[in-house]
Amino acid sequence: MMTSRAQVRRLLSLVPYLREHDGAPLTEVAAAFGISPVTLRADLDVLWMCGMPGLTPGDLIDIDMDAVDGEGVIHLSNADYLPRPLRLSADEALALVLALRTLRGIAGPGKRAAIDSALAKLEAVAGSQAHSEQAAVLVQGARDDIQARVTDALQQGKRLDLTYDVATRAETTRRQVDPLRVFVLDGYGYLDAWCYLAGGLRTFRLDRIAAVEVTEIDVAEHAVELRDLSGGWFDTLTDAPLVTLELDPQAAWIAEYYPTEQVTGRPDGGLVVTLRVTHPLWLEGMLLRLGGHARVLSPEGAGDSAAQVAREAIEQYAALGL
Amino acid sequence: MTSRKTERILNLTICLLVSGRYLPKSQIREAVEGYHELSDAAFERTFERDKDELRALGVPIEVGSFDPLFDDEPGYRIKPSEFELPSVELSADEAAVVGVAARVWQHASVAESTRSALAKLRAAGVEPDTSQLAALEPSVQAREEAFEPLWTAVLDRVRVSFTYRRGEKRTLEPWGMTASKGRWYVIGWDTDRKATRMFKLTRILDKPRRVSKVGAYQVPEDLDLRALARSLAPKEPHRTALIAVRGAKGPTLRRRGQLAEGVGEIPLPAGFETFTVPFSDLRTLAEEVVRYGADVVVLDPPELRDRVLTMLTAVAVTVDELRDRSRERVQDNVDLGGGRASA
Repeated sequence: MMTSRAQVRRLLSLVPYLREHDGAPLTEVAAAFGISPVTLRADLDVLWMCGMPGLTPGDLIDIDMDAVDGEGVIHLSNADYLPRPLRLSADEALALVLALRTLRGIAGPGKRAAIDSALAKLEAVAGSQAHSEQAAVLVQGARDDIQARVTDALQQGKRLDLTYDVATRAETTRRQVDPLRVFVLDGYGYLDAWCYLAGGLRTFRLDRIAAVEVTEIDVAEHAVELRDLSGGWFDTLTDAPLVTLELDPQAAWIAEYYPTEQVTGRPDGGLVVTLRVTHPLWLEGMLLRLGGHARVLSPEGAGDSAAQVAREAIEQYAALGL
Repeated sequence: MTSRKTERILNLTICLLVSGRYLPKSQIREAVEGYHELSDAAFERTFERDKDELRALGVPIEVGSFDPLFDDEPGYRIKPSEFELPSVELSADEAAVVGVAARVWQHASVAESTRSALAKLRAAGVEPDTSQLAALEPSVQAREEAFEPLWTAVLDRVRVSFTYRRGEKRTLEPWGMTASKGRWYVIGWDTDRKATRMFKLTRILDKPRRVSKVGAYQVPEDLDLRALARSLAPKEPHRTALIAVRGAKGPTLRRRGQLAEGVGEIPLPAGFETFTVPFSDLRTLAEEVVRYGADVVVLDPPELRDRVLTMLTAVAVTVDELRDRSRERVQDNVDLGGGRASA
């Protein structure tokens, strides 16, 4: 059912597109529509059977199939009644508007103007179909001036001098990085960059960049493969060690916020959860933050450093007479 | 089978588009080849389904009287002016950002919506060149199982019912959806509680069911989802704390705070600086401070310090507690074993 609907929708755009792009290569058209050449070829087979009521050869949409299978180009004719694509539907308009607003969350000021005018034009053509107030996505990005510099450096291929708050180490660091990509995942903006301090690819959360300067130095070539984001963070965690925590009801929210491997309820409303921990300091910070409402069940000793940090802090307060 | 159906629906579209007047069902049945071999009953069913399919795609099918003198049978038509996308002229920059936007959605069916929107724009002459923006990868995820049924309910204005949190049944007229920090929320009119309510999708326990017809209610004209979403964010600070921070540590506190001069009756260890830090929620600030351990000292207010010390003490004893517990367990096993042996 759904595949047929998607195909009807695509064909209604394909006809006016092919009328405007006479002789376009099959591969190019497939790429423009985000489908495989095989799917496109099947689409053409269907189109070939459609046309004006009556469906005598003169009524049918004409496609030069010899050219399609020979030179791999498409000539379509006899479809004057479909000169324009169908107007945008409600789902298309809303999905696209939301996507543009998400992009806006990480774009520099220059691109933002283009996004705003594109939004206005799309909302105008979508007309009554656009209920663009019906959905919103908030993106946590960087301060405006920081965002502008990061996107500038990315576009001009310049190295960045970055002042960054490392969450796991709870301290500020300064480093030179070559920017590679800015992305949004789960509502936060990030910068992927080659880090000269770490000597490798690092990911920085935009809202933790405290200061940034664009240097005069051109970025170097780095043989790194950027991670595929379609699987979210889950894919990046597969090698991280497993930790099992016992959570009081007050701490049960972390099972909602972090990807878990296993969750079991406890009679008191608490949970036992198993999750992957990429960095021991992340676990230490989380245990401290949860103020005793989370306890490490395994591996043994994984919670010791948090307890040690807590004891040192208590002793310091005592020594200060506080 | 699928391609036959596509063929039939496309021929129906063309037929209604070119007729220029209302066509009665009998003529449509004759004109569209896919209806020829169907029995009367099968034709009625298929024609109704095909119309639904087209309407779901946003094709405006008008129903009216095909002949003003005989208005006993309804006729159907599609007006080209209602069908066609109005002309849209995008600059190179605008086209490029729209091209990037088409890759944003990571949810299969919504991604399909953006893909087909872009196909329409391309067919209308928009040629996005996104090579300039290759390094930008915004993405929107929607992993919650309740997302898709709610998204389509919002678009169709259909009432839904679902089970929330600890098993409460809720009925909602969903007005809109919003994502904050990667979590989706649905906002609408809770018909049981007769109030505007917001629900977190991760806490919806079953697949929301559609319990009304399409277009069952009106969405308020002045709906401001972004304002509602903002109300989810932490409140603005209205109190200040006095906090000492060691060296480059505690960056979030130093960044928000202001260096405080001459507060020193308390002799701090070397390398500490004192900041006044604005805050709104004591608990949230305490969680942040505890995380920094001995690198941060709360000087004021005392209730913040007390809370931090309580949390630190609880964390410090967890390890001992667990050790005691496992010792007890070993003890239990020994006793148990002894008991069996003596029995």
